[in-house]
Amino acid sequence: MENQQTVSPEVTFAPHHADSKQVVRKILKTTLVLSIITIVELAFGYTIFFMHKNPDYNTTLVLAIKGVIVILSLAKAFYIVSIFMHLGDEIRNMIMTIVVPLLLFVWFIAAFMWDGNSYKNLRNSYDPHHKQQMNEKPTNKKPAEEHGEGQKPGAIH
Amino acid sequence: MAQAVPANTKWWSGGKSPFNLEYGKLMMWYFLMSDAFTFGAFLISYGSVRMSSNGWPDPNHVFQSAPFLGSGLPLVFVSLMTFILIVSSVTMVLAVHEGHNMNRMGVVKWLIWTIIGGLAFLGCQAWEWTHLYHEGAWWGRIPIYEGSHFLNANGSIPSTNFSNFFFTITGFHGFHVFSGVLINVIMLIMALNGAFDRKGHYLMIEKAGLYWHFVDLVWVFVFLCFYLL
Repeated sequence: MENQQTVSPEVTFAPHHADSKQVVRKILKTTLVLSIITIVELAFGYTIFFMHKNPDYNTTLVLAIKGVIVILSLAKAFYIVSIFMHLGDEIRNMIMTIVVPLLLFVWFIAAFMWDGNSYKNLRNSYDPHHKQQMNEKPTNKKPAEEHGEGQKPGAIH
Repeated sequence: MAQAVPANTKWWSGGKSPFNLEYGKLMMWYFLMSDAFTFGAFLISYGSVRMSSNGWPDPNHVFQSAPFLGSGLPLVFVSLMTFILIVSSVTMVLAVHEGHNMNRMGVVKWLIWTIIGGLAFLGCQAWEWTHLYHEGAWWGRIPIYEGSHFLNANGSIPSTNFSNFFFTITGFHGFHVFSGVLINVIMLIMALNGAFDRKGHYLMIEKAGLYWHFVDLVWVFVFLCFYLL
C-alpha cells in the first residue's frame, strides 16, 4: 500500500486494507443492508399498529413480530460494529475482550425481565387495589389550553 | 475477516502491541464497552419496569406527529431521525476511509456532512421534545384526560414511568450525540489546520469515528425499545 501510515513502532503490521474502491463498495453495501433492515422493521411496526386497531388482536402473533424486530435490530448492531467500526478486522483476541464481557447482557436482560414480570404477578395476586387500578379510566376532559401552551412542569405529579 | 496473524508471532514478549492497536484506540473501545453497559442498564431498567406494569402507553399513539405533516402518523418522524443517523454514520466511515488514504480534503468534506447529520438529528429531537412537552408530558408528568394519546393501551390511566424513562434515556442519548458533534467539530478544525498531516496519521479520526458509530448503535436500541416494541 502506497500511503502506509506509521502510528507507533509497536503496532507492527498495518491492517490489511483492500484497495480503496473495494472498501467504499463494502461501505455502500452495508448502508444498503442497514436501510433495508430498517424499512423491514418499520413495515413490522406498522403491522403491529394496524393489528392493534382490532380490540381482540392476536397477542401471540404481535409478540412473535416483536421478537423478529429484536432479531433484526441485533443484525443491524452486528453490521455497525463489525463493518463501520471495523471490529471484524481486528485481531481475534482483541475482538474477544470486547465481545465476551458483553455476554453479561444475556443474563442481565433475562433476569430483569423475569423479575419485572414476577413482581407484576405478585402484586396482582396480593394487592387487589393495584389490580383494580388496571381498569381505571380518566373521567376529566382535556384541559383548556392557555395561550397555546401546555401546563407548566410540576403542575401534576 | 479478522486480521490474520502469523502462527509464530510472539505478541507478549515485548516491543509489540499485543492487540496490534494503538493505545488510544484500544482505550476508546473499552470506554465504549463500559458506555454500552450504562445504556444497557438504563434500557433494561426501563424493560423491567415496563414488564412489572399492568398497562403501558402505546408508542404508536404517543409518537404520531411530524412537523408540517400533522398528527396520526406513527413512526414517520422517528424513521426520518433513524435514517439521518444511519447516513451520518456512513459519512463518518467515509471520513475515516479518506483518513486511511491521507486525503485531507476528503476527510474535511465527509466530516462536514457528518456534523450536519448530527445537528439535523439534534434538531429533530429538539422538535420532538418540544412537541411532547406542549402536549403535557415531561419528567414526572403525563397528560391524563379522556382521549389522551398517552393513556395505556387499554385506555386506563398511565403512570409517569413512561415519560420519565423516555426523557431520561433519549436525553442521555441526545447528550452523546451532542458531544459527538463537538468532537467532530474539533476533528474538523484539527484536520483543517493540518494537525494530522504533521502527525503522519489520521488515527484520531478513527477514534472519533468509533464514538460516532457507537451513538448510532445505541440509537438502534433506543428506537427499538421506545418506538417499535
